[in-house]
Formats: sequence, C-alpha cells, structure tokens
Amino acid sequence: MLVSAASALPLASTVSDSLVKMVSVIEAVGGFVAIVLVIFFFAGRATGRFQRPLTIAVCLGPAVILVLIGLVIPALRTMYLSLLNSGSTKTVGFKNYWWVFHDPNNRSTLIRTFEWLIIAPAFATGFGLLVAILVDRMKHQSVPKSLIFLPTAISFVGASIIWKFVFTARDPRQSQIGILSAVAIKLGWRSPPNWLLSIPLNTFLLMVIMIWIQAGFAMVVLSAALKGIPDEIVEAARMDGATGFKLFWTVQIPMIRRTLVVVVTTIMIATLKVFDIVRTVTGGNFNTQVLSNKMYSETFVAFETGRGSALAVVLFLAVAPLVAYNVMQMRKERATR
Amino acid sequence: MSTPEIAVGAPAPAGAAAAVAPLSNVKKIRKSFSTPIASVLVVILTVLWTLPTFGLAVTSLRPKLDANSNGWWNFFIHPHLTMANYNSILFSNSFGGGGGLFPYMVNSLAICIPATLIPIGIASMAAYVLAWVRFRGSDLIFFTIFALQVVPLQMSLVPLLQLYSGGAHLFGVTIFPNLHLSGSYAPIWLSHTMFSLPLAIFLLHNFISQLPESVIEAARVDGANPMRVFRSIVLPLAMPAIASFAIFQFIWVWNDLLVALTFGGGSAKVQPLTARLSQLTGSLGSKWELLTAGGFISIVIPMIVFFALQRYFVRGMLAGSVKG
Repeated sequence: MLVSAASALPLASTVSDSLVKMVSVIEAVGGFVAIVLVIFFFAGRATGRFQRPLTIAVCLGPAVILVLIGLVIPALRTMYLSLLNSGSTKTVGFKNYWWVFHDPNNRSTLIRTFEWLIIAPAFATGFGLLVAILVDRMKHQSVPKSLIFLPTAISFVGASIIWKFVFTARDPRQSQIGILSAVAIKLGWRSPPNWLLSIPLNTFLLMVIMIWIQAGFAMVVLSAALKGIPDEIVEAARMDGATGFKLFWTVQIPMIRRTLVVVVTTIMIATLKVFDIVRTVTGGNFNTQVLSNKMYSETFVAFETGRGSALAVVLFLAVAPLVAYNVMQMRKERATR
Repeated sequence: MSTPEIAVGAPAPAGAAAAVAPLSNVKKIRKSFSTPIASVLVVILTVLWTLPTFGLAVTSLRPKLDANSNGWWNFFIHPHLTMANYNSILFSNSFGGGGGLFPYMVNSLAICIPATLIPIGIASMAAYVLAWVRFRGSDLIFFTIFALQVVPLQMSLVPLLQLYSGGAHLFGVTIFPNLHLSGSYAPIWLSHTMFSLPLAIFLLHNFISQLPESVIEAARVDGANPMRVFRSIVLPLAMPAIASFAIFQFIWVWNDLLVALTFGGGSAKVQPLTARLSQLTGSLGSKWELLTAGGFISIVIPMIVFFALQRYFVRGMLAGSVKG
C-alpha cells in the first residue's frame, strides 16, 4: 500500500482526531471514578447515625435519579405527547391512536408486525430446538454450537449487510454475486426475482435474518434445559419403549416446556422491537414497514411527534406483558433453584 | 472449516446396541442415540448458519473487479487476495462523503467504554444498598426499578432528546438547564446508562443478595462501615456477575443502532460504526467489496469477545436477553 504525501496529511489528522476522542473518554471515565472516590472518601468518614443514611443516599441516589430522568418521566411524557398534535401545541385527544389503527398503511404495518411476531419466533425456536436435540446426543457439540450461536454476537446492522449480500440479485443473464440467486439458477429457476423487491416475499426474507440471529440463543437455552432433564427419566421412558421421535415428543418436550415458553416470548420481545434490520435493508420501503421503524420514521424523519409517540405507546403496550411475564419466570426459576 | 471434525467425531450408529446396553450406562446410551442422519443434519445446519458470514469475509478480501463480477465462491478457483478494500473503507475519503470508517470505529469505542463502565459503577452501588443496607421503602424502590424493565426505550427517545437539546421547563420556569450536550458523546453515554440501569440493578442484585451473610456480618462486626463493606467485600465477590454484565452491555452498546441514531444527532463527529454502516448500505449499494469489508469490521470486535470470553458471554447474553 502506497502512502503518498497527500494522503499522509489526512492520516495525521485522523490520528490526532482519534486521540482527542479517546481523551474525552478518559475524561468521562476518570471524572466518574474521581467523583465516586471523593464521595466514598467523605461517606466513609461519616460516623454514628449519619453513616447509614449517607451510604444509602450516595449509593442509591444516582441510580434513582437517572432512572427517573431517563425512564419514568420520559415514559409519562411520551404518553402525554401522544395526545397532542405534531408540534405538541394542541391537544387532539385520541386522534393519533385512531390514526395508528385506521390509516390503511398503518393497518398493513400492524398486520406485518404481527406476522413477524408469530413467524420469526416460531422458526427461530424451532431451529434452535432442532439443533439442541440433535447435538444433545453428539460428542463434539461445542463446534456446531458455537458457530450457530455466533450470530447472536453480531449486530443487526452487520447481519443485515451479510444477508443483503446473500439476497443480491442481478439480471439472470449476468453472473450472480448473491448466493441465493446463484443457487436458484443452479436448481433450474431460469429468472429468479429481485428478492428484496418482490412483495410479500421480501418480508419473509427479512425475517430470515432475525431467525438466523435468534436461533443460536434458542439453541443454547434449550440445550441447557435438555441437559437438565434427569437421566433416570429418559431411561425410564426408554424402558417403557419410547424411542426417537416419541421420546422427544412425549418426554423431552414436556420436560422443557417452561423454558420453551420463555425462549419464545424472549424472541417475541426482540421481534416486536425489530428496527435495525428493516431500517438497514429496505428502510421500510417495498411493503416491509414494521411498528418500531414506523415509530422512528414518524418521529425523527416526518417530525410527527404526536403520532410517533402514539406508536411508541402502542409498542409499549404490546411489549410490556411479554417482558413482565418473562422477568417473573426468570425470578421464579431462581427461587426454585 | 470445522465440519469434517464433527463428522469424524460422531459416534458410530448403535441403535440395536443401545437397546441391550446395561442400565448403569445411561450416559453411554444417551450418547449412542446419535445417528449418522443427526450428524449430517447438524453439519448441514452449521454450514448454512456459517456460510453467509463466511461469504462476507471472503468477499471483503477479493479485489474490486472480482468481487463485483462473480460470486465469492469463485474465489476458490481464482484466489486473489487483497487488503485494499479495508484500506479504502477505513481511511479513504473518496466515497459517500464523510470519509472512511476509521473515525466511526473510534466513535464506537468512545461510546462503548464509558457506556459500559458507568452503569456498572452506579448499578453495583445501588444493588448493594438494596440487598444489604435495607431501609423502609427499599423493597418498593427495588420492585419499581425491576418493573421498569418493561418500558421499551422507544418510550424515552423523544422526551430525552428534547431534554438534551432544550432543557426542561415547567410553566415557563427552567427546572433543568439546556446543557448544550447535543453533538457530543454525553447524550449517548447518558442514555445508554439510564436505559441499562433496570436490568443491571436487577442482575447484580440477584447475585449480590446471594452472597453469604456470614462474610458480610463478619466484616460489620470488625467495624467496617457500609461503604467499606461494599468496597472490600461485595465488589470483589461480585466480579463474575459484573464481568458477565459488562460483556453483555459492551456488545449491546457496540451493536446498538437506535440510541446512536437518535442521540448522535446524525453528526459524523459522534456517530458509531453501526449508524454509519446503516447509511452506507443505501448509498454504497453496489460497491460490495467495500460494504462487505465495512460489515466485517463492525462484527469483528464482538466476534473476538465471543470467542475469547465465551463463558461470560453466554452468561451475559442469557441474562440480558430480556432487555429492550
């Protein structure tokens, strides 16, 4: 690689720019640590009856204040904003909510979000369960398990680029660079469509990205649950003549049912909030819009604060019961252990 | 890649043998369930799951002409390797406006480090007090924070943005000044910190409250004040939980797009990799050699964390999976 004199200058500025940024990071972290240390020093000095209240205020205060400013007040304010017009100058009652549910575009967005909610978690959990069952009986499980779990670490944006490349379609007479088109043509499909532009197929292709990411998560959780089934139970069932599929369906599945439900609801939560994938791959165009991306576009692109807030509230109402259920389950599981 | 090992590693078919095996060898029986079909299926699924990422990595290393004229699988017939794509996507100023990705990568790091460390500090102190320095109302506070996990961060975006860019006013009185934070990292750090607290406090509380009471009692009897108990006993003992959460939070922030887009204000000075790449996916549509290199750069750090710290990673991911 040739670094000419001309390109050396921007390189130098890049380096100094990076240094400036890192200095601001050190300032932030250092400042935070310094504040904590100072507070600790003085709170540690306190004696007698001030000691406990001071500890409580110092340790809990920041968290409570941040949660209030960052979550409680904004959530209430968003509910309030959802009753106002786009510029938040006038009350409009429930007009924004009426719009959410009656605008034809929104209707198809809501239906599409619902399709996502049903299909993506079902397939992700299905694949995860399949792999978990298959590797449960294998010796070298760590390699396939890590490779299938790997997408969980990848950002939705990264995954979107990976899959957009898979879905790239060219004129069928040209040589293909997207593997999906190439395989389709190899299999005898003369002119496969431009995948991401063909409605309604494109929505399902976007779901594939979600399934690809979430199946690894499902697999790891379900695999652990399967290993948790006592050997005696499996053995007893086998003595009774249950083998293969029957064993799986009548013994293993019921034993891990609770975990299965948690996995499905967890993926449902992620699916309801799917934003990055749609935003990156299609931008919500070509009939792929979903609730979360619509909320972003309405608020930050169209500046319809009232409508955007109404969409956020709808999202909240959809997600809240799922999260509540999940967290309670997690708690229960801890309690029984 | 690893597929041959799996095939070799799979035990021989033993359907009939398993049925007559002695009862004591339950483990062995379980292993011997494995059939060739199962192994083949696992291999197929693993390849299917790995292929897209592999194709991205291969394409990012092919010369521009190759990458855009035929499929990446042709690389194995005509292997031409180049790092030029990485050089231009990271440092070149010649496309798309806004320069190469390198500054955005620095932004990503600059966002992630404080957005991981600050919540850990605040949450571990809060979790400690809620678990061990109980007072009237501490249960209520814990339950409220715990319940706040149901609020998706979408509910906070607009009000927080208004707060950052204009302060807060009530009946014409300024109750929170305009801090002129927009265009700096501070709104992103702050937002990530606030959004992570319910989960962080919940997870760390779960762990810290399980610490043996005798240890903490002993320190108290020795005259250590609550602050000292936290610093010298609770914090070191809670390290495994803190590490798991730290990994989860780091990856979450690194991969986040929504918070960055909203509070980064579209400013190139603070935008992280994800936000920039999301834009480029539209504008670089056909320059696959660059886009794949950019994509690979954005996934490489989470992948390193994944492989290097897999145990903590799994724990953190599973614990944090309900976060929204």
